[in-house]
Amino acid sequence: MSVLTDAITSALGTDIQFDKRQYPSSVICCTVPVEKFAEAAWVLKKKAFALLAAEWASDETPFGRGFCVFACYRWGKEYLIVRSELPSDNPQFPSLTRRYIPAYRFERQIQSLMGITPAGHPDARPWIKFEDWPAGAWPLRKSFDASKPLPRVAGEYEWIKAEGEGVYEIPVGPVHAGIIEPGHFRFQAVGEDIINLEERLGYVHKGIEKKFEALSWQDGARLAGRVSGDTTVAHAIAYCMALETMTDCNVPERANWLRAIFLERERIANHLGDIGAICNDAAFAFMLYQMSRLREIVLRTNHKLFGHRFMMDKVIPGGAAVDIDSEGKKEILSELDSISKDFEKLVIIYDESPSLEDRVRDTGILRPELARELCVVGIAARASGLNLDCRIFNPFPPYDQYDLIELGVPVLITGDVHARTWVRIQEVRESIRIIRYMLENLPDGEITSSFTPPSPDMSGFAAVEGWRGEIIYWLQAGPKGEINRCMVRDPSSVNWLGLEQAIPGNIVPDFPLCNKSFNQSYSGHDL
Amino acid sequence: MIRILKQIFRTGIVTEPLPTEIISEVEEVGAKLEEAVRKRFRGSLTIRQVDAGSCNGCELEIHAINNPIYNCERFGVHFTASPRFADMLLVTGPVTHNMEIALRRTYNATPPPKIVVAVGDCGCNGGIFGESYASLGGIDKVIPVNAVIHGCPPTPVALLQGILKAIE
Repeated sequence: MSVLTDAITSALGTDIQFDKRQYPSSVICCTVPVEKFAEAAWVLKKKAFALLAAEWASDETPFGRGFCVFACYRWGKEYLIVRSELPSDNPQFPSLTRRYIPAYRFERQIQSLMGITPAGHPDARPWIKFEDWPAGAWPLRKSFDASKPLPRVAGEYEWIKAEGEGVYEIPVGPVHAGIIEPGHFRFQAVGEDIINLEERLGYVHKGIEKKFEALSWQDGARLAGRVSGDTTVAHAIAYCMALETMTDCNVPERANWLRAIFLERERIANHLGDIGAICNDAAFAFMLYQMSRLREIVLRTNHKLFGHRFMMDKVIPGGAAVDIDSEGKKEILSELDSISKDFEKLVIIYDESPSLEDRVRDTGILRPELARELCVVGIAARASGLNLDCRIFNPFPPYDQYDLIELGVPVLITGDVHARTWVRIQEVRESIRIIRYMLENLPDGEITSSFTPPSPDMSGFAAVEGWRGEIIYWLQAGPKGEINRCMVRDPSSVNWLGLEQAIPGNIVPDFPLCNKSFNQSYSGHDL
Repeated sequence: MIRILKQIFRTGIVTEPLPTEIISEVEEVGAKLEEAVRKRFRGSLTIRQVDAGSCNGCELEIHAINNPIYNCERFGVHFTASPRFADMLLVTGPVTHNMEIALRRTYNATPPPKIVVAVGDCGCNGGIFGESYASLGGIDKVIPVNAVIHGCPPTPVALLQGILKAIE
C-alpha cells in the first residue's frame, strides 16, 4: 500500500472501490461516492500532505453512464486518481477549491466546457469559455456538435475591481507589444506599485481536447505535438506514454533513449532562449543576443540530424520516428562542447553584473509556502523550494536507471526571478551532461514497435517532465476503441496562478521581467 | 565589464549570408526588395506580428529571424509594438473564435495601405486544427490576406523569403 491509498482507505473505508481499467497499474484509481469527493480531498491534504495535480471531467454517456469527475493527487513518487460518477442530468459535484487552490481554475474550466457544476465554488464566472458564447454551449459534452461555428451572444466579463484614492487600472492585451501569444492582464496599481493582477486567458482556445476525440490514436500524437509548439517533444512523449500503457506495446529501449535525448535538447534550447530573454527584459540585451546565438546552433543541429528544428512529429506511438548514427552522435558531442564553453563564460557574466542582479534578485517572489498551496510545478516549483521533477519522482525510461544517469535537480528557495533563471542555468548544465552520457551509452536495436489500439473503456495516464514542468495526459478509450477523452494538463495550467500571486507588491515595469521568468504557454493552457 | 567586451569581440559578427542553396534566390528577391522598400516604404518595412491562435511554434521562428544570425534588420525589416505604425501584419493562426474580434480590431488599427501575410500551415488553412466551434480556420476567413508562408512552423529562411516575396 502507499501513503495516499492508506490515507484514503483509512478515512473512507468501504466507500472506496478500486478501478481496474486504469493503466499503468502503479497509478491507482479509486471511485468514491460523489458526496465524499471533497472529503477525500480534505483527507489527502491533511493526512497525506498530497498536492493536487489535475482535476477534470469526462462524458461517459457512450458507455451508458453519466459523467465522471476526476481529481489527481501527487505525493512524492505516487499519483492517485479519485473518481466520482455523476448522473447525466443536472450533474454537480462538491467543489475542492476551498481545500486546493488550483482547483479554482480547473473547476471553472469543467463548468465552462463540460457543463458540470462545482457546488460551493466561490467564483461562477466562466473560464476559457468567453461571455459571448451561448449559455448551453458545453463543447466537451458528446451531444455538442463541434463542427459548427458558435454564434455570439451579448455578455460582459466581470472584472475584480479595486477602489480607493489613487487606484488606477492598466488593461494589457490580448494583443501584446512583443512577438508573444495573446492573453489579457489587468493591473490595479497605486503609483508604480501593483496591488492586484488579474489574468484572463482563453484567447487561443482551439478546441484541442475536443479535436482529439475526432482523431485516430496515431494522429493524436501529431496534435499533442502542437498543443504548445515550444514543448512539442514533451507533449508527444506524454501522449504516447499514456497510450502505450493501455496497450501491449513495448517501446524499444533505443527509442526510449532517443526520446530522452530529444526531450533534453528541447529543454536546452528553451532554457537558453529564456535566460537570454529574461536578461533582455532587465535591459541586458547583450545576453539575449549571445544566448539566442547558442539556441540557434542547437536548433540547426536538430534540423540537420532529425529533420525538424523543434523535432515535431519525431515521437510516435510505439517509438521514435528518427534514429541517430555515429556521425550524428559525434556532431552533437562537438556541438555540446562548443555550447558548453560559451555558456559557462556567459554564466560568469550573468553572475558578475550588479546592474542585472539588482533587477532579478528579490523581484517577483513566489514564497515556498504559497508555491506549495498553489501546487505549482516545474521550474517555478523548484525555484520556490519544492523538490518536484517527474524525471526523478515518477521516472519514465531511461530516467528510471537512476544509478546510471544520476540526474541532479536544482532546488532554490528564494522564489524570485533570479532563482527561476538560476534553476534554468543549472538544468542546461545537467541536460548537457546527460545527453553526453546517453549518446555514449545508447542501446542498440529497433526504434519502433508494432502498436495496437487499446480496448474499449480503458484509461491511461502519463506524467512527463517537459522543460516547463510536469505535463500530464489522461486518455480514455471509447466503446469502439476510439479516443473518448484526452485530458491535457500543461504545466502552465497551474503555474499561471503562481504568476498572478507573485506580482502584487512589485512595480509595473517589473511585470515583463517576472512574466518572462515564468514564461508560461498560453496555448498549452487555453487548449 | 571586461568579460562582456571580451565575449563581444571574441564572438565577432555572426550574421551570415543565407545558406548557399537558396542564396541566389534570396539575392534576387533581395535586390527587388530593396527597390520596393525604397519606393514603397522609404527604406524600412515595419511589421506588427499578431498571434491569432497559434501553438507558439511560429512565434519562436519569427523571434529567430531577429536573432544575430538571421538579423532581419539588415534587410530593412523591423518589428513594431503597435499596429498604428505597421506596414505589414504577420499573422499566425488558426484564428480562434476568441481572438476573432481582437484580430479585426488590430487590422482596422493598421493604417492603409497594409499588407497581411498569413504565417504557418494553420494561418494558411487552419492546419491540424481545421475549422470547428473554436477555430475559424485560416486568417483569410477573417481579414483579407495578401500572401502566405507555409510550414509547420516555417523556418526562419522560409519566413524571410516569404516576407520578401510578399512586398515584391
